[in-house]
Amino acid sequence: MPTDTSVAFVRTSEIPPSPPPASQTGLVKWLRENLFSSVGNSILTLVAIWAIYVVLSATVPWMVNGVWTTSSLAECREILQGNVGACFSVLTERWNQLLYGFKYPTDEYWRPNLAFLLLFLAAAPVLFFDLPRKLLLFTAAYPFIAYWLIWGGTIMTPIIALLGFVAGYFFFDRFGKQNFALGFIGGAVLALFVWIAGGALIPETANANALLPAVPSRDLGGFMLNMMLGVTCVSLSLPLGIVLALGRQSSMPLIKWICVIFIEFIRGVPLITLLFVASVMLAYFFPPESTVDLFLRVVIMITMFSAAYIAEVIRGGLAALPKGQYEAADSLGLDYPQAMQLIILPQALKISIPGIVNVAVGLFKDTTLVSVISMFDLVGMIRGPILASTEWNGVYWELLGFAALLFFVVCYGISQYSQWLERRLATDHR
Amino acid sequence: MASLTDPPRQSFRLSMLFNDTRYRSLTFQAIAAILLALAIWYLGNNLIQNLRAAGLNISYDFFGEPAGYDINQRLIEYDSQSTHGRAAVVGILNTLLVAFLACITATVFGVIAGVLRLSNNWLVAKLMAVYVEIFRNIPVLIWIIIIFTIMTAVLPSPRAYRGDDATHSMLFDLFAFTNRGVYIPGPTFTNPIGGIGISWLLVLGVLVASFFGARAIAARATRIQEQTGERPTTWYLTLGVWFVPVAILLAVMGLTWNVPELRGFNFSGGIKIGGPLIALWFALSIYTGAFIAENVRAGIQAISKGQTEAAGALGLRPGRIMNLVVLPQALRVIIPPLISQYLNITKNSSLAIAVGYADITATLGGITLNQTGRAIECVLLLMLFYLTISLLISAGMNVYNNSVKLKER
Repeated sequence: MPTDTSVAFVRTSEIPPSPPPASQTGLVKWLRENLFSSVGNSILTLVAIWAIYVVLSATVPWMVNGVWTTSSLAECREILQGNVGACFSVLTERWNQLLYGFKYPTDEYWRPNLAFLLLFLAAAPVLFFDLPRKLLLFTAAYPFIAYWLIWGGTIMTPIIALLGFVAGYFFFDRFGKQNFALGFIGGAVLALFVWIAGGALIPETANANALLPAVPSRDLGGFMLNMMLGVTCVSLSLPLGIVLALGRQSSMPLIKWICVIFIEFIRGVPLITLLFVASVMLAYFFPPESTVDLFLRVVIMITMFSAAYIAEVIRGGLAALPKGQYEAADSLGLDYPQAMQLIILPQALKISIPGIVNVAVGLFKDTTLVSVISMFDLVGMIRGPILASTEWNGVYWELLGFAALLFFVVCYGISQYSQWLERRLATDHR
Repeated sequence: MASLTDPPRQSFRLSMLFNDTRYRSLTFQAIAAILLALAIWYLGNNLIQNLRAAGLNISYDFFGEPAGYDINQRLIEYDSQSTHGRAAVVGILNTLLVAFLACITATVFGVIAGVLRLSNNWLVAKLMAVYVEIFRNIPVLIWIIIIFTIMTAVLPSPRAYRGDDATHSMLFDLFAFTNRGVYIPGPTFTNPIGGIGISWLLVLGVLVASFFGARAIAARATRIQEQTGERPTTWYLTLGVWFVPVAILLAVMGLTWNVPELRGFNFSGGIKIGGPLIALWFALSIYTGAFIAENVRAGIQAISKGQTEAAGALGLRPGRIMNLVVLPQALRVIIPPLISQYLNITKNSSLAIAVGYADITATLGGITLNQTGRAIECVLLLMLFYLTISLLISAGMNVYNNSVKLKER
């Protein structure tokens, strides 16, 4: 301790640091840096606040004053008495129509509901790798269960379809190891044989006294139809897309050109023309007495459509792999199917995941187009039976907003999943 | 001394077709060719049988027959007595019109949203993220229907503009927004040179000539700069070359604006843009704009900060850094996806049929198909049209890609 008092003033301790100026701390600093850093920025901020205000001031009272319990638009107007307010009762009153279409038997709603719940169980092991692999067995059986639940009818149909696949798989498992082509073609022939033989076994009257009453495809509708088309077509188009992409890379000119022409043709035309093909033209190409129902025809065309896009995405993934990977597989003595299965495709598909998910989201949104060929999906239901009815003529915003919300939830969910998956699969060191 | 002998020559065995790589690809291609031929034969046979059963044949004669339906929105003369062929041409022009308009506005929306999403302004960036996510994740068909509903159910009828106690009035006395369409002033010529159509072609020709003139001026400026090191000031020359000739031409032909007026129960004069066209145009623009915004953002983010800093270290000013360093590299990333978005707009414009805009899908693939029952011919021609457009656009894209490709080794 200095005791010399000849010096006029000696500071013996540090001044406590003074707090930063108010403009450099906390909320004020954040506001200055992020919203009002320059004149232009401030103007942008004010414009943005004004835009948000306009949107909210229009929608919030409308939603808050919404009426949920009336049975027609006229009653809604009576309750609202000229105030701004939504008439959400159309959603509650027509809920079943929006979800299942207007012809699906009311007593059977539990069937699509159950199929929808099981979908999560079936999709879970595909989407999340940490789950036990045994669950994949259920995933494999799911298409047949879902078919039986939604369409009903005799249980023999899905069982024989499943048996065909199982027979083909075991044949392939036994012989495919030595010779891929032999195993594959033999398995396909065996499956075909099982289907034809089994189909002959089903009695004509099987549908009449089935456990679940049969529901014809034309009775399907509403958001259920969108979900069914989306799930079916995405899962069918993925293997087809892989085959097309490999075919396009093939060194065999004939195979290559078939794939190139198919892909470029499909990608060059709008989906709606392909749906026209399904609704008015495809029937001419089936055998004269056969009646292939519209749902199946639409599934064929949408699957071909998305397979072409997925093929292009996977081709990008294949092209992104360094040539060394192909050469390494060759030098290990792997043949083509082995090299693809063990070395090339796992890497190429990993790179392609964001693109594939984009295609899947686009495809799911495009399922609304079936309303143009007079199938009553969600949009078809809204524009057709609901808006045309006398009770609900004029309730546009509630219905369209509901449709938009449903699609937004599903599509946004899928894209968030894909981002999670990308982070999960990132094996490079950063 | 050991002697090497050639391995014994294997005679050809049938299993070599599958097991020997020399023959395997031939085998597979032969199988594929046979399957393809079988499939074509099967489908063709079914087609012939079905057509015979229905008493139909493939014929394009219906193109010469009168169509018998009206089209509201059209770029060329057409009435219900015109042929199906002419209806298809009207449809093609309408498709090209809406695709062209939507490409321009979608680019504008997309670039603005993409740049603003990278803005330092937190609120604006978040707002743009919300815009992109909302519009990308909801089907374009729903957007088209929503905007069409706004056009028809929210906008006032022309009647609301009538009388002394009119509830609505025209914007600047020039534009009228009604549920029958939007009316805007249209240019006309009081003394056109050889018909209205030829006059417009003349205007276009003069603009093309101006374009080449402006390029010549820029080339001359560059030449002088390379010789002397000083670039002559040319902006007033360029401006003059662009505007003076066309202004003179328009003045000679007597350009006047035909303003829409309320006559009776409806507006007349000016240009009427129908509700369906606006719905389709605007919906395609905002929907595709959200995708373009993401492309623009990715393009700008793809340019590493080092590029900007290096350019700054060379002493370039910010404007020149943008023009000479960042933009040329970002455009290389942005333009290919941008062009495929244009392709998407063209293909999505086929959704016009949902709101009754008479594009090629609605005329050839809709009313003509239903009236004549010629499903196969109509759908095939429809596909051929879209295929041609797509191939043209992708050919253009390939040319562009090759011209801007990084030239390496």
